[in-house]
Amino acid sequence: MSEPIPPISVVSHKNIQIVEFTNNKILDEANIEDIRKTLDSLIDEAERPSLLLDFVTVDHLSSAALGMLINTNNRVKSKNGQLRLANIKPQIMEVFVITKLNKLFKILPTREEALGSFL
Amino acid sequence: MPARQRVKIVSERRTRVQPVKLKFDFPSDLAQTRAVQQQIMQAVHDHGYADDAIFGIKLSLEEALVNAVKHGNKLDPKKSVHVRAEVGAQQVEITIEDEGPGFDRSKVPDPTADENLTKCSGRGLLLMEAYMTEVEYSNKGRRLRLLKKKN
Repeated sequence: MSEPIPPISVVSHKNIQIVEFTNNKILDEANIEDIRKTLDSLIDEAERPSLLLDFVTVDHLSSAALGMLINTNNRVKSKNGQLRLANIKPQIMEVFVITKLNKLFKILPTREEALGSFL
Repeated sequence: MPARQRVKIVSERRTRVQPVKLKFDFPSDLAQTRAVQQQIMQAVHDHGYADDAIFGIKLSLEEALVNAVKHGNKLDPKKSVHVRAEVGAQQVEITIEDEGPGFDRSKVPDPTADENLTKCSGRGLLLMEAYMTEVEYSNKGRRLRLLKKKN
């Protein structure tokens, strides 16, 4: 049997973990659960997590995906860490605006700007 | 200008795709919602809807189906979900009905209130209502009608 494809890819830049999503749709419950677990373990491993979620690949997401992102935000906050979102396409950005989650998350236009925004 | 006219006729014929009626009755299983979504979205694509409309219909349908299977029927395989879709040139109408206890829309908390922003659930209805032209609840909340007009 072949190995399942990991739901996210992670690269480190200094002490910041940069995450990209493998699938362009964050809809499927099982996929969302996989992402949540992988992000949770990244957060658990760090003393003060600095996490950048790069949405460059993402074309669709559901309210279940928003729940997973909020869970991630809550966990990062509870460890005094920092979470940034970047590269969100206009259609996806509208979902954040409708739900007012653009007020909850720190969202930057590009990966570079997001990297520069960590304290 | 005859060549130009010919092009116009072709494009008119392309948008005059016959309305599609689809009917699905399936047990409460999230995996089964995939095929339902694919077939309805294929019909929407075939009728030439704009990207933004397609995005909104796809998202709303996803939310409605997950709600029916998970929150309505509580994943009970003995209960079914009933979906009817009519995709036409001017509008898309989708009805999703579950066999659960129903719910009262007015009692669902507002997820955009400051005190609810960090809660992980409760945004599906808000999104459907934002993206659809009309959202109607009936049969004590068991039946949901989504309507999207092209213009």
